[in-house]
Amino acid sequence: MDLLEHQGKALFAAAGLPVLPARLVTAAGEAGPAARELGLPVAVKAQVKTGGRGKAGGIRVCADAAAAAAAAADILGMSIRGHKVEAALVEKAADVEREMYLAISSSRAQRGPLLIFCREGGVDIEKVARRNPAALVRTPIDPLLGLCDYQVRDVIAAAGIDATAVTTAGKSLRQELGAAVRALWRLYRDRDATLAEVNPLVLTKQGDVICLDSKVTIDDNALYRQTDLARDGTEDEREGRARQAGLAFVPLDGDIGVLGNGAGLVMSTIDQIADAGGSAADFCDIGGGARAEVVAAALDVILSSGHVSALLVSIFGGITRCDEVARGLIEVFGTAQVGVPVVVRLDGNAAEAGRAVLAEAALAGVSVAPSAAEAVRLVVATAKASPAAGPPAGAATAGDGQAV
Amino acid sequence: MAILIDEASRVLVQGITGREGAFHAGRMRAAGTNVVAGTSPGKGGQDVDGVPVFDSVAAAVDRTGADVAVLFVPARFARDAMLEAADAGVRLIVCVTEGIPVRDMAEVTAHLARRGSLLVGPNGPGLITPGRCSAGIMPADVFLPGHVGLVSRSGTLTYEVVNELTLADLGQSTVVGMGGDPLHGLGFLECLERYEADDSTEAVVLIGEIGGDDEERAAAFVNEKMTKPVVAYIAGFGAPPGKRMGHAGAIVDGSSGTAADKKAALEAAGIPVASAPADVVLLLRQRLERRRSQ
Repeated sequence: MDLLEHQGKALFAAAGLPVLPARLVTAAGEAGPAARELGLPVAVKAQVKTGGRGKAGGIRVCADAAAAAAAAADILGMSIRGHKVEAALVEKAADVEREMYLAISSSRAQRGPLLIFCREGGVDIEKVARRNPAALVRTPIDPLLGLCDYQVRDVIAAAGIDATAVTTAGKSLRQELGAAVRALWRLYRDRDATLAEVNPLVLTKQGDVICLDSKVTIDDNALYRQTDLARDGTEDEREGRARQAGLAFVPLDGDIGVLGNGAGLVMSTIDQIADAGGSAADFCDIGGGARAEVVAAALDVILSSGHVSALLVSIFGGITRCDEVARGLIEVFGTAQVGVPVVVRLDGNAAEAGRAVLAEAALAGVSVAPSAAEAVRLVVATAKASPAAGPPAGAATAGDGQAV
Repeated sequence: MAILIDEASRVLVQGITGREGAFHAGRMRAAGTNVVAGTSPGKGGQDVDGVPVFDSVAAAVDRTGADVAVLFVPARFARDAMLEAADAGVRLIVCVTEGIPVRDMAEVTAHLARRGSLLVGPNGPGLITPGRCSAGIMPADVFLPGHVGLVSRSGTLTYEVVNELTLADLGQSTVVGMGGDPLHGLGFLECLERYEADDSTEAVVLIGEIGGDDEERAAAFVNEKMTKPVVAYIAGFGAPPGKRMGHAGAIVDGSSGTAADKKAALEAAGIPVASAPADVVLLLRQRLERRRSQ
């Protein structure tokens, strides 16, 4: 789960990382008073889970309260890369002397956390690595030993900070930077983050170190023990419904509904549909067993887009027998008003028996394909010949997803 | 020969008294596996269809000499179960559990590396040496003993490709499902290395998917170190960036980890990439014939 900047900064502050005073606003009228309270100038920053908000005009530095209110009014109406701006952060502006980069992320290659620091922020780290290797630290953190003192010293050395520099609080700047690195590691570990990034980490003209932005991703698998971080409501309504039903579901742009048992199998089916000239409407993995109620829940989610003109059900029976799967499908397609042509592909354990059971049932609008390749060919041809249908309950169809 | 498991493997089932554990213990035995013990805290002294149950892995290993542990344990208890198996000296730990936190897996893999225990999974079907030993949840009926090694990030795609291989009379030496999580145990490299050294394996099928760079590193390894033919299949060309496609590890992050990049890397290393799971058979036949005629 990705956090918004202000959510990440709340974790930063709780972990002892230096952040600037700020107020979250959801209405333009709140920005002026917030700016006066914080002290001018302020930055007004769009809260969206995507990069590139600066270039899109989602960050404005304002010299007075009226400007802050105007900026908030503009920003709160914006949509940045398809993400609607629901809130803005009004933050005391920083006098930036220079920008650095600090992050801890989960590395597949290292099989654990990786600490990355760069003396230069906002640049391509690979380029810095070639041009000035001493400016970059990239070091795996042993998850059992934790962050070591030498790794913190490496960061301080790479930062190139004057040993005599003192912060406005009268502390050693090098020690403050070291404390920030340690705090970020504690946050990463204790909050089950898979990414905790500070970009930029700035040195101010006053001589302080400040986390000017935050990008934090919390491991979805660990949300059960991060109970104060509630799953937020920004996920797609259908994705939420699918998750509740225990399905792995991702909406796509095409018009062929796809459901199957197994993530790889469904991805593969989507690829084969594209190769055959069609386009999938979704990724939907119903998991093992292919039970009737799960298939029914999947159909409900898939067809609710109103953009589906044909449906492919692809099941590989491993431990589950295909004739059992077939009886479940008959139960579902015999009762639900699917409203679109369905192609079923059954392979694996008792596949022939399964296909025979389905063929015997002779359900209207349901065809049984003898192979995966044939199923894909058939569903693509069928989709091209039929209009998009609406939800199974027979609600009004959107009609704009019709196949061409 | 085979890799990792064979008829000499002594398999322990952690969580054997649970529904999944009992069911799959039975299936593993039906597939020829020597299931010597089960564990379930507080249920030591019982048996499940004649398999003795112990309170702890250490006790089970001590009494039965188990060297492979297969876990049927919920995600939030999987970390402890894997640590227990490693500390009891189990050589190979197989974890099928989905949904284990990343932090737990980082800690487990670090600890297992120190103990010298190997891990297959998590979030995968385990592994099988057909006719001799199954450690996990693979449907043994689809498999056929033979000389093709296979290593995969996806469960059902594995069964699908294996089914095609079996129908084409291309039996398998050992098939490993490495799992769909970003942090996992044995990967392509570790398996390819073992297949290359295994006398009974003539060729290898590699099944990858979007996310990470395991396939790219495998391509480099094959290019530099392998003499046996390798063919591949990659899933997820149609996956949008930033979306997890079922598996926690199946995500295109920005512009990295795409199926197109993986295909290009594999092909550049001389590894043909099938356009559909069923086409793996054709590519494999071609490579095996070319090798035999050389």
